[in-house]
Amino acid sequence: MSMNPFCEIALEEALKIKESGLAKEVVAVTMGPSNCVDTLRTGLAMGADRGIHVEAARDLVPLSVAKVLKKLVEVENPGLLILGKQAIDDDCNQTGQMIAALLGWPQGTFASKVVLDKEKQVATVDREVDGGLETLCLDLPAVITTDLRLNQPRYATLPNIMKAKSKPIKRYTPEELNVEIKSDLEVVQVTEPPKRKAGVILSSVDELIDKLKNEAHVI
Amino acid sequence: MEKWRATSNLRRSLKSILNRQLSSVSEFRYLNEKRSCQSSFNLIRDCKSLGQVNAIQHRCFSSASTLVQRNPSFSTLNSDDISYFKGLLGEKSVIQDEDRLETVNTDWMHKYKGSSKLLLLPRSTEEVAQILRYCNSRCLAVVPQGGNTGLVGGSVPVFDEVIVNISSMNNIISFDKVSGILVCEAGCILENLISFLDNQGFIMPLDLGAKGSCQIGGNVSTNAGGLRLVRYGSLHGNVLGLEAVLANGDVLDMLGTLRKDNTGYDLKHLFIGSEGSLGIVTKVSILTPPKLSSVNIAFLACNDYSSCQKLLMEAKRKLGEILSAFEFLDTEAMNLVLHQLDGVRNPLPASMHNFYILIETTGSDESYNREKLEAFLLSSMEGGLISDGVLAQDINQASSFWRIREGVPEALMKAGAVYKYDLSLPVEKMYDLVDDMRIRLGDLAKVVGYGHLGDGNLHLNVSAPEYDDKILEQIEPYVYEWTSKHRGSISAEHGLGLMKANKIYYSKSAETVQTMASIKKLLDPNGILNPYKVLPHLLNS
Repeated sequence: MSMNPFCEIALEEALKIKESGLAKEVVAVTMGPSNCVDTLRTGLAMGADRGIHVEAARDLVPLSVAKVLKKLVEVENPGLLILGKQAIDDDCNQTGQMIAALLGWPQGTFASKVVLDKEKQVATVDREVDGGLETLCLDLPAVITTDLRLNQPRYATLPNIMKAKSKPIKRYTPEELNVEIKSDLEVVQVTEPPKRKAGVILSSVDELIDKLKNEAHVI
Repeated sequence: MEKWRATSNLRRSLKSILNRQLSSVSEFRYLNEKRSCQSSFNLIRDCKSLGQVNAIQHRCFSSASTLVQRNPSFSTLNSDDISYFKGLLGEKSVIQDEDRLETVNTDWMHKYKGSSKLLLLPRSTEEVAQILRYCNSRCLAVVPQGGNTGLVGGSVPVFDEVIVNISSMNNIISFDKVSGILVCEAGCILENLISFLDNQGFIMPLDLGAKGSCQIGGNVSTNAGGLRLVRYGSLHGNVLGLEAVLANGDVLDMLGTLRKDNTGYDLKHLFIGSEGSLGIVTKVSILTPPKLSSVNIAFLACNDYSSCQKLLMEAKRKLGEILSAFEFLDTEAMNLVLHQLDGVRNPLPASMHNFYILIETTGSDESYNREKLEAFLLSSMEGGLISDGVLAQDINQASSFWRIREGVPEALMKAGAVYKYDLSLPVEKMYDLVDDMRIRLGDLAKVVGYGHLGDGNLHLNVSAPEYDDKILEQIEPYVYEWTSKHRGSISAEHGLGLMKANKIYYSKSAETVQTMASIKKLLDPNGILNPYKVLPHLLNS
């Protein structure tokens, strides 16, 4: 099991913010079965201070994740929530937006650059959108989801892996947080795209015309 | 020791013969010969034929050990030959087009260039046999060629030899899922075999940076080593059988798929590593290990070379059966890679360390193996053997670590001229050579050391913006003599090819080489297979 690449980028950004003195603490959160703790340990080895593991069965949908996060926010009171823009197993791209709505916080998604201003308590976020880059200014606390070009995550070096072993991880269950995990979605079918057929090498223009006319029916 | 003295006597007497014969030659060549005398055994075999000499075209290599003369007993191609080949193979497999010939005439490093006028692409063993039978009868010299990724000029013509390229013979013949025995044609690209086996749950026992282009026939013919030798052993152990075509067109079917077969002399071992000089390998039967699920890789930094050695000892002891690769690179190599290649970054933060070690483990139990590796790394760290290190967390990180190590040859190519040496040395002494070379070369060139520390194999590379004889003089024969003094091998895995054809005496005794020459004479009386390479030219008469 390994960390979702976008979440890795989010964690790296959080660590950078802490290292620049704008944050006191970085808390890494994961949700899922017990072997998720390994991923959390990697996060702690990268530099997070504490870990939170919410024990739940697999196949969590974004809305459930968002509801659990909302409860954790009420407990922890963070100044900033950073997530990866989407998970590479379901490619939903929903959790960040949902949690922002549930909390009533501003959101800056697909961030490719984040600049915090502690005094004014705002975050300036450059977003990667279809037309180019959009710059937003968000009041803190806010939700930011990270895109690929934001940073390059650091490797977890051995001395840090050693230190991570003693960092605390708190366990919760969804019941303790008063969240009901249910899915309003049912996966009906998953199919692979049809396999590409091999190309054919032709030996003359006549043959090409013949194939275009009689096989592909385009002329 | 006596044997070495005998060979240096041989050298001295050759030198005097050379000097006497040269008095009749033009001044230019004499000067060149004089310079190359120290290091080469090249003799102008037949002084009378000097008039029709076709001197070798070497773009950048200087006179030292490259004054080969085209053997006048080889015929030249004529139109009848071309018609015969066209009739035998079909028009498409007989290439005379200049652009395509340009590529196959030049080696991967752009250091050696031949002037062949004909490229043949046989599609079956029978076609290869017919080609060789014909060439033997016509006394046409032949160069067997596969992926053309060799590093000693062994895969390209020296003069106008006919190139027989096996790339079209790329079928996988069979694979036994129970035993893991793969039978395939010699032109299969290594990476394709790796992907095929991946789907079956197996891996190839060898892995090298050139896997995207190199072919298994070439790997077998050069007894390629690679990154996993420390775990799976050499090809001599993994190749169960092969099919080869001799110079006279006879097909030797030794394509067994048996683990044990003690019936008679095991001839396949002659072909493994003979670099195409005894026969053309057309099919290979190889034992493939099962693919184990847990692969972990760590990138470590050490402060000095003795820590690297101790780490190797500890790794062999503590990681034992799960160790699958142990590579090293020095700071120079790391700097070069970071500089020359895109998308590569140093996994270890900030400060530059002196040596980098890459350890890979392969086992069947993920959590157990990872714990074992982590425990080993942490204890090495506490023991002061490593100053820093990173354990790859996922497949992306793992491939980026390999990219650094596998990218060194590529980075060296991009940096300009490179003098490549591939030596087997006792592990304690290995890096002393690199330090010595740094002192000898000073500002002239950059010396880079990296290689398969687990196998005692150093890749010593000297990098400079341009080729320069002054640099070469400082390197050869010093490197060979140094290696010889420590009873090392002057070619651990790259082979002799053209580059080291006359250097064999640094690592093998005269009697051994004489026996090799007899075998060559027996299997290839006309000497048409890959001439001018592997064995000293002196013996090819």
